[in-house]
Amino acid sequence: MNAPTPPPIDSAALFAALSAVLPKAALLTTVEQMRPYECDGLSMYRRLPLCVALPIDEAQVAAVLRICHARGVPVVARGHGTGLAGGALPEEGGVLLSLARLNRIVELDPLARTARVQPGVRNLAISEAAAPHGLYYAPDPSSQIACSIGGNVAENSGGVHCLKYGLTVHNVVAARVALADGEIVELGGEAPDAPGYDLMALLIGSEGLLGVVTEVTVKLLPRPQLARVVMACFDSVEKAGQGVAAIIAAGIIPAGLEMMDKLAIEAVEDFVKAGYPLDAEAILLAESDGTPEEVANEIERIEAVLTASGATSLRTSQDEAERLRLWAGRKAAFPAVGRITPDYYCMDGTIPRRHLGDVLRQIAGFSEEFGLRCANVFHAGDGNLHPLIFYDANKPGDLEKAEAFGNKILDLSVAVGGTITGEHGVGVEKIDAMCTQFSSPELALFHAVKAAFDPQGLLNPGKAVPTLHRCAEMGRMHVHAGKTSHPELPRF
Amino acid sequence: MSDFIEQAQARIRAAQASGTPLRIRGGGSKDFFGGELIGEVLDTLAHSGVIAYDPSELVLTVRAGTLLSEVEATLAASGQCLPFEPPHFGAGATVGGCVASGLSGPRRPYAGAVRDYLLGVSLIDGRGEVLRFGGQVMKNVAGFDTFRLQAGAMGTLGLITEVSFKVLPRPEADETRVFESTAVDAIATMNRLAGQPLPLAGAIHLDGRLSLRLAGNPAAVTAAVAKLGGEPLADAAAFWNSIREQTHPYFAGDAPLWRLAVKPTAPPLAGDALIDWGGGLRWLRSAQTVAELRAIASLHGGHATAFRNGTRAQAFQPPAAAVMALHRRLKATFDPAGILNRGRLYPDF
Repeated sequence: MNAPTPPPIDSAALFAALSAVLPKAALLTTVEQMRPYECDGLSMYRRLPLCVALPIDEAQVAAVLRICHARGVPVVARGHGTGLAGGALPEEGGVLLSLARLNRIVELDPLARTARVQPGVRNLAISEAAAPHGLYYAPDPSSQIACSIGGNVAENSGGVHCLKYGLTVHNVVAARVALADGEIVELGGEAPDAPGYDLMALLIGSEGLLGVVTEVTVKLLPRPQLARVVMACFDSVEKAGQGVAAIIAAGIIPAGLEMMDKLAIEAVEDFVKAGYPLDAEAILLAESDGTPEEVANEIERIEAVLTASGATSLRTSQDEAERLRLWAGRKAAFPAVGRITPDYYCMDGTIPRRHLGDVLRQIAGFSEEFGLRCANVFHAGDGNLHPLIFYDANKPGDLEKAEAFGNKILDLSVAVGGTITGEHGVGVEKIDAMCTQFSSPELALFHAVKAAFDPQGLLNPGKAVPTLHRCAEMGRMHVHAGKTSHPELPRF
Repeated sequence: MSDFIEQAQARIRAAQASGTPLRIRGGGSKDFFGGELIGEVLDTLAHSGVIAYDPSELVLTVRAGTLLSEVEATLAASGQCLPFEPPHFGAGATVGGCVASGLSGPRRPYAGAVRDYLLGVSLIDGRGEVLRFGGQVMKNVAGFDTFRLQAGAMGTLGLITEVSFKVLPRPEADETRVFESTAVDAIATMNRLAGQPLPLAGAIHLDGRLSLRLAGNPAAVTAAVAKLGGEPLADAAAFWNSIREQTHPYFAGDAPLWRLAVKPTAPPLAGDALIDWGGGLRWLRSAQTVAELRAIASLHGGHATAFRNGTRAQAFQPPAAAVMALHRRLKATFDPAGILNRGRLYPDF
């Protein structure tokens, strides 16, 4: 979005106004204090804001926004900073608004199966609170032990189980939102299908450009009684891809359906010894969950379909420990790759699955062209591909090559009918690739939607939607994802 | 670009220039629904046909003038379906009307609504611009989800030309069990069971009977039936279809039909003789005033829609003032001259 030309800001006056509405020590203004907020999970981009505000409730969030609105000061909202696209990168000359201290579960209604939570509540904490009732919150991004539900709303986060259980947009029913001028609106509701425009759906995935979420009501689902996973090995990625199509064609929607190629398998096996076969060109993990009867029936069918698709061997978890071990490899794929290359650049395109073989062949071609290796891990059920491009940031020219390689993959994803980002978001990282995916009138409409919510363009400026000028004049400004600033989190 | 698109663009541009309201219409099966019908008819039926469908991708892309029945037959031939079970309300129902009306059927509380199955929409906005939002893949977080805005927008944000749906396998087993029950007990049971791992696909209370539909994996359905008990329902498919299509006698006659969406745990409301969607949807044949019914619905966290035989200009409950202001600004963004389906959603735009 267009960054407004900021009027000269009187920082002292701004700090005084903010201090007056915030608790003691909840306004950070020194470089040392603000350093932890200079980037999110995409740590290659770093910027210090003018100050960091740490409100503890909705009234304080609204007050901060009112103050900034009156002075034309940009505001970047932040949850727990685990995003992978630079969506929470601070604005120089702006306020970084942390929602981390709004971390209460306000209400959990086991009968209605909803939880009303503040935006700073961690994703996993909701499921933990719901567990005594046999319920859980389904979307499970890999960073779920740390990421906030507010951030999930901003990014429309998914997870390994989203083919069956949906994304954030399918599992959030209502939100309280502070608009750019501090006004609080309620969107959605616990009653189904409110009349009018579905502003709740519009807000989800809007990357902090339309409003600041101050409370979220999520749907809770009954926890499946049982889960088992089948690991199938293939002697080509094409055959593994055909195995995925065959499962779906058989009328089965697995709870999880993941693929890894040879290079990823090697990296993982070297790291976690999950028991993956090193001679396979690709492996598929297909999980079934539900009642014991349902799982037994589905596993049998999955095994039959994969055998018929040419799997060279199958292994099905016999108990929970084995299931977790089989998943451990997949979940460790990113750090495992991080051990065998100085740097890697994680892509996030989604493609129609029928193009998988062709896309992987072309990626292999790019790999030769640029002289950089590339491991592929794939949310196979929904077509979300994570090529991990190996490079060495200390080697002159390597980063540029990795960026060029990555952009070829994004362009290819769009060319086959897919998207530049399946789940990580645009943020600052993929802003130029947006010019590939959308036409000028479409981008203009996005800007108009933004203006309908935030006429001054103060919320998270410069993110998610490129200016037409930028698309026309700058071409592609290549970017790269360095190592995550949260190495402790699994990334898959 | 097809003739239809070019002609529709030209028509919309001319209408914008002259300020002529246009009324977008497919088969007219939902002419009864929503606000006033205003403007010259812009017929979408010529723009029909499935554009892409590969069952193993779980994605279907179709032109908006395609008959809903044709789409469902195409899906059924590959063992798939639109899980939100959209009501047709007539043989002419089209995909465009299905999306624009945002209506879903009996399975909605368990499978999701229209908007949950939208992956992408192409439309012509009020300036005659062809715009494409979303896509044909399951996961796509590039750009605002303006395509989901089209579900339930009653055509006020653009002429929908193409839709991509996520589709799913049809449940292999589908059984209904019936229990004698009061409304109070039925609401409690529906909510309690929805919190258990059961393959629920419908839950309705009518005439002192609670009907629970279980659909999905045969092993899971068999186990659920054994667990729940109850009596089987003869011709269950016809029963659920009569609810979905409102051909059940409950919906007959000229008395105003009100649709109250409420929090599913809300108690029985005066006159809500039909409780659907696991408690979340109450159908009333009521002569109470609009204000009275909206107050009741609001008290229970929801909203009241004058579904049939009511005052059209007040069909939909307006949101709070600040949210309504956002509606007006969005409408102006998509349709600055206010020519598309004027008055069909809210009377003032």
